[in-house]
Amino acid sequence: MSMLELRHVSKKYGQGANEVDAITDIDLAVERGSLVAIMGPSGSGKSTLLTIAGSLEEPTAGDVMIDGASLSGMSRNEKARLRRRSIGYVFQDFNLLKGLTAVENVSLPLELDGISMKKARAQGMAALEGLGLTDRADRFPDELSGGERQRVAIARAVVGERSLLLADEPSGALDSVNGESVMRMILAACHGGVAAVVVTHDAKLASWADRVVFLRDGKAVDETLPPPSPEALLESDVANPS
Amino acid sequence: MSIRHSLLALLSEGPKYGFQLRQEFEESTGEVWPLNVGQVYTTLQRLERDGLAESDDVEADERQRNYRITEMGEVELAQWLRTPPDLSQPPRDELVIKVLVASRLPDVDVFDVIQVHRRYIVQLMQQWTRLKEDEAHFDLAFALAVDAELYRLDSVIRWLDSADGRLRRASADQAETPTESNVVLPNIRRRTGAHR
Repeated sequence: MSMLELRHVSKKYGQGANEVDAITDIDLAVERGSLVAIMGPSGSGKSTLLTIAGSLEEPTAGDVMIDGASLSGMSRNEKARLRRRSIGYVFQDFNLLKGLTAVENVSLPLELDGISMKKARAQGMAALEGLGLTDRADRFPDELSGGERQRVAIARAVVGERSLLLADEPSGALDSVNGESVMRMILAACHGGVAAVVVTHDAKLASWADRVVFLRDGKAVDETLPPPSPEALLESDVANPS
Repeated sequence: MSIRHSLLALLSEGPKYGFQLRQEFEESTGEVWPLNVGQVYTTLQRLERDGLAESDDVEADERQRNYRITEMGEVELAQWLRTPPDLSQPPRDELVIKVLVASRLPDVDVFDVIQVHRRYIVQLMQQWTRLKEDEAHFDLAFALAVDAELYRLDSVIRWLDSADGRLRRASADQAETPTESNVVLPNIRRRTGAHR
């Protein structure tokens, strides 16, 4: 069973003459352990697709299944619980709460879910440790570098038993080396069994994915084939220009 | 890629044999560019002919000869490192020509053509990234060489994206005012970036 499945999902905004099709008839399945990138130009519907997959918005038509459970049959509270327990989000601008330390930011979704502060903190520390941030745990967001803030955001997205990670331009304004380490972290989460969807216009980031889906005017127009063995490159002309 | 100057750079570290140069060249480029031993010996002969490298044992078999860099070789190497490669002439890029041709042909969907190439290049980038994923932590030279390839391919994707956007705008404009003067194609005869 796919961790995330979109079935004929469409989303319209506005009404009558102002009606706009943000995404149209999207089918997408993401298995546990796999990383899917959605590429497309601005306005192609990438972010809409991600917010619908994360139950932050309702589709106009179609259904979203998370771990086999249909979102359309869920109450508001059930969706909120699902978001707290199973889904991690990484946004372009990190969205850390300024008044909370790194570890408080990371453990917040667990506390909101009723886990004791002590347990939540322990799990938060474990997530930070996994991203090499143990010594930054008690710092506030404005005491961290851009790269560190992004790592905290990823720690918050994978803390606890989260099984679906949704990231919107997760390298944000980071330089390319930090952008690459963000993708390595997301990939590491996938190797640990998480299913991830990354929305980006950057081919260098998308190329970390197992599969890249191309979006254009709200429609999935194409996707990559499973890549052949990378070793082939080292024997090819591409690697051996004259 | 200049094998000649790469070998000079390796000789600047100290005298070396041909087989050793080949091995060190491959290591220093992260083994992304394999080099055959024949190329090494041919290049060494030319370096010697041009006075940039020398060897004492001129009579010996080329495999037995130990080469070192000359003073002239040192100067040549220092100059080469700081001389920008000639990027002023736009290359006759096959992909650019394909997109230009596709945009003129009435029965061809140029956006489809663009997407075919975009997908292929992203797949290629996925392969390079996989290599980096496995090995980058262990080999700096390899990561640098793979990055160079990824940035090159990324710039092609960016060009395809920009061509896609430009052609869409042009065809939207044309649909609004269908006149003869609406030329979809840019003027390809004008050399971009050349102000001489």
